[in-house]
Amino acid sequence: MFKIESHNHPSFIEPFQGAATGVGGILRDIFTMGARPIALLDSLRFGDPSDPKTRHLIQGVVSGISWYGNCFGCPTVGGEIAFAPEYQGNPLVNVMCVGLVRADRIFRARAEGLGNPVFYVGNKTGRDGIHGATMASATFDEHAEERRPTVQVGDPFTEKLLLEACLEAMASGAVIGIQDMGAAGLACCTSEMPARSGTGLDVELDRVPRREGGMTPYELLLSESQERMLLVAERGREDEVRRIFEKWELDAVAIGHVTDDRHLTVRAGGEIVARVPVDALADGPRYEKPTAEPAGLAERRAWNPLARPEPGDCGEALVTLLASPTIASKRWAFRQYDQQVGINTLVLPGSDAAVLRVKGTRRALAVSTDGNGRQVSLDPRRGAAMAVAEAARNVSCAGGRPLGVTDCMNFGSPERPEILWQFAEAIEGIADACRALDIPVVGGNVSFYNETSGQAILPTPVIGVVGVLDDAERLATQWFRAAGHRVALLGPDDVSLGGSEYVWIRERQVAGALAPLDLEVERRVQAAVQAAIGSDLVTAAHDCAEGGIAVALAESCVTGPARVGCDVTLEAAGRADHVLFGEGPSRVLLAVEPTRTRAFEALMAEAAIPWRWIGTTGGDRLVIRGGGRVLVDVDLNRIEHAWRGGFERHVA
Amino acid sequence: MKFGVVVFPGTWSDCDFHYVVSEVLHQPVKYVWHRERDLSGLDCVILPGGFSYGDYLRAGAVAGRSPVVEALGDFVANGGVALGSCNGFQILCESGLLPGALMRNECLQYRCETTHLVTENVETPFTRLLRPGQVLTMPISHGEGKYQADAETLARLKKHHQIVFRYATADGQVTRAANPNGSIENIAGIVNEEGTVLGLMPHPERASETAMGGTDGLLILQSVLGSLVEDGGFLKR
Amino acid sequence: MRLRVLIRLKPGIMDVQGTAIQRALAGLGFGDVGDLRVGKVIEVDVPGDSVDAARRRVDEMCRKLLVNPILEDYAVEPVVG
Repeated sequence: MFKIESHNHPSFIEPFQGAATGVGGILRDIFTMGARPIALLDSLRFGDPSDPKTRHLIQGVVSGISWYGNCFGCPTVGGEIAFAPEYQGNPLVNVMCVGLVRADRIFRARAEGLGNPVFYVGNKTGRDGIHGATMASATFDEHAEERRPTVQVGDPFTEKLLLEACLEAMASGAVIGIQDMGAAGLACCTSEMPARSGTGLDVELDRVPRREGGMTPYELLLSESQERMLLVAERGREDEVRRIFEKWELDAVAIGHVTDDRHLTVRAGGEIVARVPVDALADGPRYEKPTAEPAGLAERRAWNPLARPEPGDCGEALVTLLASPTIASKRWAFRQYDQQVGINTLVLPGSDAAVLRVKGTRRALAVSTDGNGRQVSLDPRRGAAMAVAEAARNVSCAGGRPLGVTDCMNFGSPERPEILWQFAEAIEGIADACRALDIPVVGGNVSFYNETSGQAILPTPVIGVVGVLDDAERLATQWFRAAGHRVALLGPDDVSLGGSEYVWIRERQVAGALAPLDLEVERRVQAAVQAAIGSDLVTAAHDCAEGGIAVALAESCVTGPARVGCDVTLEAAGRADHVLFGEGPSRVLLAVEPTRTRAFEALMAEAAIPWRWIGTTGGDRLVIRGGGRVLVDVDLNRIEHAWRGGFERHVA
Repeated sequence: MKFGVVVFPGTWSDCDFHYVVSEVLHQPVKYVWHRERDLSGLDCVILPGGFSYGDYLRAGAVAGRSPVVEALGDFVANGGVALGSCNGFQILCESGLLPGALMRNECLQYRCETTHLVTENVETPFTRLLRPGQVLTMPISHGEGKYQADAETLARLKKHHQIVFRYATADGQVTRAANPNGSIENIAGIVNEEGTVLGLMPHPERASETAMGGTDGLLILQSVLGSLVEDGGFLKR
Repeated sequence: MRLRVLIRLKPGIMDVQGTAIQRALAGLGFGDVGDLRVGKVIEVDVPGDSVDAARRRVDEMCRKLLVNPILEDYAVEPVVG
């Protein structure tokens, strides 16, 4: 079970609590379904890394995630951090959670069974998140109080207790349905749960546990206080439920019961303060709005990166790219996250995908998130499809067979036709890729209005993929393990500098055409990678992503426990920088022990994909040849130094 | 021999220790709820990592005054041994079962990473299988692991060989750079004077299987197992 | 009766938070700040009207839970108003 959600706006207002409550929200989404959360991944986007404001945001967001996830006790095993000026006024904080549940023990947010009691469990209700503007409208309270802060404060300790109490209550069999009191709080829960079951609810607000005095029914219904749930239990087992929550030192108060009138009836102070049909509250409207391709997009796409001069020294260009904060090591952030609690993490953050074993089975899960706003802005449909392909490829490179996708759609204001066009195109792209790769989208989240004074973010669909490894021992990581292994490149030579990290670093431009994406080739490359890893034929597997094959090779040399150089020859047509740093889908580097090359070649022959040997691991330099000359020859010390310090120097 | 793993509200390494004791060490183990005072039938009580009571007041402060921790004093006096890792170490210090205190990391950030520990005392039930100077590799995961003790306490710790582990480089050098949290004299783990209570910040349960990257942590639990003598007591130094 | 407990690190215990804040203040032009210590405040409502009795109870709370005497000093004062 897995899902990704955004918490962009709250994280900009208050980075620490915004990110923390984002983690809290997605954890609750997972454990209210009866699953125990086993992994978190965070996909973060920020503005100019050298801006002090950005540094403040990163420090706040990372420590907020660290605090909540660590205190709760769910490991953070992956995610990305990328930078572009478009995120300056609108950073993105997307959090994905993966949980484990037996397929026959999944809980849903239902309110069934006439007369069954409705329990309020968890933290007490305060005025959190009741918007200042709504308060000031003074409809319900003529004596408008001072503006309340809209920042919600997280309580990971209570959340941990809720997790244990909820799972214990669910296991007891006394629970019918359960829902998190998330956005719009009690009002939302008390209408959605009966709406789903075709029932009604009758609730007594006077019984709701509260933290502050003098709260109106309106405030009680709309409060967004965190770490609270609504639970429908089986009649006659109320004491059992109460005892479990008492054991975990939590409030569990019966505040009403299930009815059959398809209405939500709310009582307070001895009278009915609201009575509404549940369907009216829970149904969403359908919108038909105009869409239009952004002006100037065709020109931006037509820009030719090869019209710019070739760099004098591609080795220097590579070192510069490795020090780009988007590409460089994110150790500064990950060392603040517990990555191992639960003792399942077989591959820690730092490879293409994290891998977690599933105790009691031979299996493991591979998880990854990905999303490249630059590519999507140049070509939303292809860019979004590429994001799915890459996240799935990451999972394949760990040895996993992708099972499902969750997506977080971060866009500007949908009131603007060009934003809605980006959104609609991106959805098509995700659908294209998921159909071709045969991976279902099982859920996700849409975040619109990510813009400040007319400046929208890059359109950023963040794709989370979960895959399964049938044998937890047959897994791969991205780094070279030893000298003397042969290096293969799988996939097409079609790459492009359009929208690449290289063009961004050199030209500060997001322009050019994307490389073609052949989803059938993508599917076959991934299947071949999975088969090679599953047959224990490879010692390293790494996806070629931002920075092209040169960066991928450099990462394989220095990101592992041992530094291992390599010497490869790239016989591809085109200018050196295009070949080295051009970005394109469906490309994977594999390392193979010399004794296994015959078996590997036989497997590749069956795969019906373009592939070739490009070189051998060993030495303490990265050497890349092409067109009869040496294109790159850099000492691994320099490579490692650039890669280790490129992000950290902006935040530490 | 029988292990007990204590569960406080907010504990999260309980399942991990339980798993390692039962599935890797193949020994009987049960969870012990923090309100219990009855530790009879147990030989080794483990206080696992986590954020008991959210560590909102001070790390380990509330748990350090819980019924089960109050019962620990008698438990070790009557021949049992107790092992506290991470939050468990903080709880043992807060309860007074171990001297000193644990403070916020000097870097002011949470730290989850691999550390190396040099073993200084092998004559405890927890280190009997180790060689003097043996370097163990084990991860840490904490925000408040900076060990602090006054000069007098420190002198006493040294006199009674109570400093068991110090943070070190991979080849066993005790250096400032190898100290992940600013602990005084790189202290990572200590025992009480009798050697029957061990507290350490690193996580042995996360280094108990090859699949998890190493088995040095298991050596501690195996030592405990190997130290139990037939009459039910433990070999002391 | 409401009492306020002020808890600070003892003199001689390095206060890393305090040092970090002092450094940040210096960056904002407050380089002349002398010593700076970070602490915490706990306010407790205790039944009864006697300040002395209330103090004694809060003092006991401090010794039993609120304060770690190895690291921290504390002071108890009544909250006026």
